[in-house]
Amino acid sequence: MPQMYYSHALREALIHEMDRDERVLLIGEDIAAYGGAFKVTSGLLERYGPRRVRDTPISENTLVGLGTGAALMGLRPVVEIMFMDFIALAMDQLVNHAAKFFYMYGQQRPVPLVVRTPAGGGRGYGPTHSQSLEAWLMHSPGLKIACPATPADAKGLLLTAMRDDNPVLFVEGKLLYQEQGEVPAGDCAVPFGQAREARAGSDLTIIAWSRMVGEAVIAADALAAQHGIEAQVLDLRTLVPLDVESIAAAVAATGRAMIVEEGPTTCGVAAEIGFRIFETAFEYLDAPLQRVCGLDAPIPCAGALEQVVLPERSRIASAAYRLANA
Amino acid sequence: MSAAPSPALTSPDRLRLYRQMHLVRRFDERVMELFGQGLIKGTAHACCGQEASAVGVCAALGPHDQVSSTHRGHGHLIAKGGCVDRLMAELFGKETGYSRGRGGSQHVAAYEVGFLGSNGITAGGLPIATGAALAIAHRQEPHVVVAFFGEGATGQGAFHEAVNLGAAWKLPIVYVCENNLYAMGTVISQTSPVPHVADRAQGYGIPGVVVDGNDLDAVYAATVEAVTRARAGAGPSLLECKTYRIYGHSKGDSERVYRTRAEEATWAAHDPLVLAAARLRADGLLDDASDAALVAAVYDRIEQAVEFAKTSPDPDPAAAATGVFAGE
Ligand SMILES: Cc1ncc(C[n+]2csc(CCOP(=O)(O)OP(=O)(O)O)c2C)c(N)n1
Repeated sequence: MPQMYYSHALREALIHEMDRDERVLLIGEDIAAYGGAFKVTSGLLERYGPRRVRDTPISENTLVGLGTGAALMGLRPVVEIMFMDFIALAMDQLVNHAAKFFYMYGQQRPVPLVVRTPAGGGRGYGPTHSQSLEAWLMHSPGLKIACPATPADAKGLLLTAMRDDNPVLFVEGKLLYQEQGEVPAGDCAVPFGQAREARAGSDLTIIAWSRMVGEAVIAADALAAQHGIEAQVLDLRTLVPLDVESIAAAVAATGRAMIVEEGPTTCGVAAEIGFRIFETAFEYLDAPLQRVCGLDAPIPCAGALEQVVLPERSRIASAAYRLANA
Repeated sequence: MSAAPSPALTSPDRLRLYRQMHLVRRFDERVMELFGQGLIKGTAHACCGQEASAVGVCAALGPHDQVSSTHRGHGHLIAKGGCVDRLMAELFGKETGYSRGRGGSQHVAAYEVGFLGSNGITAGGLPIATGAALAIAHRQEPHVVVAFFGEGATGQGAFHEAVNLGAAWKLPIVYVCENNLYAMGTVISQTSPVPHVADRAQGYGIPGVVVDGNDLDAVYAATVEAVTRARAGAGPSLLECKTYRIYGHSKGDSERVYRTRAEEATWAAHDPLVLAAARLRADGLLDDASDAALVAAVYDRIEQAVEFAKTSPDPDPAAAATGVFAGE
C-alpha cells in the first residue's frame, strides 16, 4: 500500500469523488489558486477549473449557506472553512439551517453538504486559530461529525462524507496533515459510526479521535515499555454517529476507561461519552472513569503555555497509569 | 426605474393575480382569527398589506424558478403556487402540513413549487437562496431565484455577505426587500444610514430599484426587468418594494405603540387590493357583483383549507425524534 500524507489522502478523496460525481464542487476561501491554507486542494483548480473549485469572499456564514442552498438544488458541495475557529461565524447557517432543514421542513429534501475544517492546536497559532469545537456541533442534532486520525481514514471517511445525504462536519487534524500512513488506492470508503481499535490492550481503554488517537497510542506504548501496562486505544472516527456499542464492548472487556479530548474539559465530548459509558457499561467498570482534556482556557500562543493547556502524551500516560492502578 | 416593456398581463392573468392577493389577505386574516380562538398555537406573522409584492414578484417567475422567504412568508408561498390546505395544516401542526407539523408558520418549504422555505432567522434565507442560484448557474440552467427579505434584515451580515457574493459572481438572483418600515417596532430610519434599501446596491455594483410595493403592476414590471437581467447572466438586482403591514408584527402586537393611527390611515388609503380593484374596474374587468363573487369564493377556499387542517391527523408522537437524518 502506498505511503501518503494525510493532506494528500484528503486530496485523493476529493479527486476520486469529483471524477466520479459531476455534482461535487469545492467552495472556500483561497482553495483554488492558493490551494487552501493547508494546501489540501492544491492542484484541483488546474484539474477541474474555476467552475468546480471556487474561491470565495471571506464570508463563512454565507459559504455554509451557499453550500446548503446548492445542496438543496441537487449539488454535493464541499465547503472549506479555513480554521475550525471560524466555524463560530458560520454557526447560524450550520446549526439553524443546514442541520435542521431535513427535519424541520418535514423531511422533504436532504442537505448533502460537507464542511471541511482543520482543528486543533500545537502549532502556536494562538487562541483563535487552534480550537477543537466538536462539542458545539455534536450538541446540534442533524449534523454528522467525522474526525479522521490517520491518512487512510482521512480518505475513507471523506469519501463517505461526500456520499452521505446529510450535512457532515469533517474535522481535519491540523497537525496530522503532515503525518504519513498507508492509504489504499481507489475507492476505500470507511463507513460512519464504526470505531477502530488503534492499539490492542487489555488493561484499560483509552477513547480518542483525531490527533489525540496518535498521542494516546504513543502514551500507551510508553506505558507498556515502562510498566507493562497494555492500554487499548479506541479511535472513534466519527462522533456522530457515535459507536456506543464498540465503546461499551471495549469497556466491558477492560473494565477501565479514559477519554482523551483536545477541546476544553467542561461540557466536552468526553463528558458525553462518559455518560454513555455509565448508561451502557456501568456494571463493568472496575474503576472510576477518567478524562484527559484541554484545560478550560483559551489556547495560548507560547509553546510553554500551549503545551500545558492541550492534552499530550505525558499527561495521557500518567493518567492512564493511575487508572490502571486504581 | 427604466421603462423597459414587460410582457403585458392578460385580462385573465390580472384577475387571477387579484384573486391571489385576496387569497393571501384572507388566509392571514383567518389565521389571526384562529389564533384568537386558540385553534392555532405558536406564532405567525401576517403579511396583510404586502400582497402586491408577494404576488407581483412571483407572477414574473416560472415553475422552475426558486423563492426563499422569511418569517412573514405565507403570501410568498401562496403566490409561488403553494396549496393553502397544506399551509394551513402546517399552522395547525398537522401531519398533512408542508413540513408535517415540524416547522410551523416560519419554517415551511414546498420544493415541488420552487419554494425553498420560509425562515425564522432574519436574513437566514439570503445565503441559501444565493446557493440555489449558484446551483442554477453551475448547471447553466435558465432559471432564477428570488430572495425575499424585510428591511430589518439589512442589519445582518448575512444580507451583505450574500448580496456581495451573488453580485461578485453574477448569479441569477433577485434580492427583493419588502420594506414595510418597521422591524418589529424599530423604524428603519433609526437603524440605516441610507434612505432606501435599494441604495445599498451601489456598494455591490448592481442595479438598485425602488418600486411602489403596493402597486401590483409596478412590482410585476420591475421584477420582470430584474429577472430578465438575471436570466441573461447579467447578475442580481436589488429590488425594494415600499410597503406597509396593516396589522401588528405578530399576533402579540395589537397595540402598535411605535407608529401612529394617522400613519396607518394614510397607508390604508393605498391598500394594494383597493388599488388593484380600482384598476380592474377602470379597465372594465371587474364590477361590484364579480368582485363580491370573487371575494366570496376566496373565503370559501380558505374555509376549505381550515376544514382540511382541522380534520387532518396530528403527527405521530412516536416519530418526534425521527427523521433527523436522511436515509435512516
Ligand atoms: C436572527 C434574528 N434576530 C431577531 C429575530 C426576531 N425578529 C423576528 S422578525 C423581526 C423583525 C424583522 O424585520 P424585517 O426583516 O423588516 O421583516 P418584517 O417583520 O418587517 O416583515 C425580528 C427582530 C429573528 N427572528 N432572527
